[in-house]
Amino acid sequence: MSELDLRTAAASAAPVRRRRASVGEMLAGLFVLFLLVATVAPGAISWIDPNAISAREAFQPPSLAHWFGTDESGRDIYSRVVAGTSTSLLIGVSATAIGLVLGLGLGVLAGFGGRALDFTVNRVIEVLFAFPGLLLALLVIVIAGPGPVTATIAVGLSTAPGYGRIVRGQLVSIRSSGYVESARVLGHSPARVLTRHILPNALAPLLVLATLGIGQAVVWAAALSYLGLGAQPPAAEWGAMLSAGRTYIGTAWWLTVFPGLMIVLTTIATTVLGRSLTRRTGGTR
Amino acid sequence: MTAPLLEVTGLSVAFGDTTVVQDLTFTVEPGQCVALVGESGSGKSVTARSLLGLAGRGSHISASRMQLSGRDLTTASERDWRRIRGPEIGLVLQDALVSLDPLRPLGREIGDSLRLHSTLSATAVRARVIEVLRQVGMPDPERALTLRSGELSGGLRQRALIAAALALDPPLVIADEPTTALDVTIQARILDLLTEVKSRGTGILLISHDLAVVSAIADRVVVMKDGRIVEAGPTRALLESPREEYTRRLIAAVPTDKPRGTPLVPGSTGVLPARSSRWTDAVGPVLEARSLVKTYSRAGDRFRAVNDVSFEVARGETLGLVGESGSGKTTVARLALALTRADEGDVLLDGAPFSTMRERDRRPLRSRIGAIYQDSLSSFDPRYSVRRILTDALDTAPVGDRSTVAELLDAVGLPTGVAESRPLFLSGGQRQRVSIARALAARPELIVCDEPVSALDVTVQAQVLDLLNRLQAERGLSYLFISHDLGVVRHMSDRVAVMKDGRIVETGTATDVFTDPQHPYTARLVSDAPRLTLPS
Repeated sequence: MSELDLRTAAASAAPVRRRRASVGEMLAGLFVLFLLVATVAPGAISWIDPNAISAREAFQPPSLAHWFGTDESGRDIYSRVVAGTSTSLLIGVSATAIGLVLGLGLGVLAGFGGRALDFTVNRVIEVLFAFPGLLLALLVIVIAGPGPVTATIAVGLSTAPGYGRIVRGQLVSIRSSGYVESARVLGHSPARVLTRHILPNALAPLLVLATLGIGQAVVWAAALSYLGLGAQPPAAEWGAMLSAGRTYIGTAWWLTVFPGLMIVLTTIATTVLGRSLTRRTGGTR
Repeated sequence: MTAPLLEVTGLSVAFGDTTVVQDLTFTVEPGQCVALVGESGSGKSVTARSLLGLAGRGSHISASRMQLSGRDLTTASERDWRRIRGPEIGLVLQDALVSLDPLRPLGREIGDSLRLHSTLSATAVRARVIEVLRQVGMPDPERALTLRSGELSGGLRQRALIAAALALDPPLVIADEPTTALDVTIQARILDLLTEVKSRGTGILLISHDLAVVSAIADRVVVMKDGRIVEAGPTRALLESPREEYTRRLIAAVPTDKPRGTPLVPGSTGVLPARSSRWTDAVGPVLEARSLVKTYSRAGDRFRAVNDVSFEVARGETLGLVGESGSGKTTVARLALALTRADEGDVLLDGAPFSTMRERDRRPLRSRIGAIYQDSLSSFDPRYSVRRILTDALDTAPVGDRSTVAELLDAVGLPTGVAESRPLFLSGGQRQRVSIARALAARPELIVCDEPVSALDVTVQAQVLDLLNRLQAERGLSYLFISHDLGVVRHMSDRVAVMKDGRIVETGTATDVFTDPQHPYTARLVSDAPRLTLPS
């Protein structure tokens, strides 16, 4: 390639590639937006008090007045689903955050702590991996007692080993990478290499994974509430609503279908967004 | 005169709207070697693949004539192609490591084509495989049958690939960069082997970016650029009196036997980095290595990667360190940069201890030694633009004496426009320029260059080498220049150290070492180096 070609090629080399969002990604984005509004300002999209009891309106099927129908006490299911968003999302997001922070701690310990610590942390992670995540969460609840806060902590704890392993792998591979070595050769301090090169490169894929993890955490939190170990009735929480509606599933399907649908859609939406993030950031190398 | 073995007239290959090969015409006679020469992207590999019906999805091939032994290939169906590949045309690929299945022993891998295309019995297949392995000079062919590709060295893997291509004794062999990743001595043996294959009457279509490699074996050369033929003719005529400017550039780019300081890119001004007294008056060497020893444990054994290595690099001088893969060159580079700790010996910078210091104390001194690597892309933070890479490096330069990003880019001949690009989107030559600019940013006195041009095409290599020479002349830099390529090392170095098995076997001025080698190993390296030779 001649020098002239080099110059034109450089001019056309786009600094960042962009790809248009697909229909699925846009729908997922819209749904997440709906969830955010439901969390921040539930009053803006539902007008009925989620806990208002009205015996006369019990077990009404979906109608114009009650979009998702009413439950055994005549409470509006749509309002309760909207009201429950904040609880479910809060549990999902904080559980993921707890998992991330713990995982980061484990990963950094293993990645930077020297050979003995690396070995120990890895064995601990492996043992934790041996138990299904939900079982681990159940164990925590057995020790700490049921409730939304313990459920959050339990879910967070059980996701931590996965994040920990990913952080460790990233740190180990980045620490021996060419660009970290180049920074050392230039004489940059370890602190600067850590903050400018190692951590940003290790954390970017982790944040993407965390997006995927939120959906998972929401399902787990709902499962714990369903078992009566998380949010307690009459709190409007999707898992608890599922559990309460279970008795009437033969006669009033809307009690279980709508909260269940919310769980499914939340998981799908966060997964779709997480995957699209993975694709977009993964393509930079 | 007999009909040509392969006759191609007006071959064009397009992917969608992009034409990558246009109006290509050439013939290969039996027992003749025709070389397609050009840089990456010139369309030579696509041409080879079209001849095998493997141009790939979305390709559109048209040719007014494409005949193999009188048989029309333009109308061949996928079924026909399957009968052509193997028995009619053998293919030797570049990267032997990925071209052989790592899980299958050689005997099965090479025997595949025989089982597929012949009715030979299992014992006959085995006998034939042993025969071709012997033909390609595989030591102990019977044992080789059971080996997997990972158990072979690069040279032996390439031999195995050639054996696989020859197993069915095809009249035509296409060899796509068959020696590119190999050490010079092994490259020379592989070229000998291909010459031998040719002498048995097999036609060879050789594809390479390096005129020096093909000149050793090709009868005719077809020079390609941007999918078109620039010039074609008998090798001797083409090398002696090239008609086209581009061919002249390719010939000029071959560094072997070009005196130090001669520009490799014609038209550029020659800057002889003569070690003007301005730089050399300073007392003592910039870098001095004293009796370096580094051992690694490998499979329980202690293995001396670097064994009692001593050298000096004077101010404004280039010390070339040459040796084959595994000789310990890169370990020496890492020791010089104090990235690994030597077991014995030490490295002095300007006569003061460098390698034995504590890392904390050494850090301020690090900006005085820069480094450029073979794989420049992996030495850049993937999130960083060129501008950030350079500003990041500029922080280590002495305060008050800092260049700007624009000055750095200008110094290495890059347009300021690339500053906002990420290295991933730059060409190999541009990336290496960025990595030189980054090394310059810290105002180093010495730059350790570890195989800086090995991944580049010959013409791009010529530009980068010229750039390094110019910078040395302008700034009085010293280089520790590490390469397996003797031609490059000789062209770049004032003095040369030859490494083998962790030891320096010979040191001297470049001229002495290359014209009058004292050590037999050096003599072999020198005689095997690819140079523009005219076939007799």
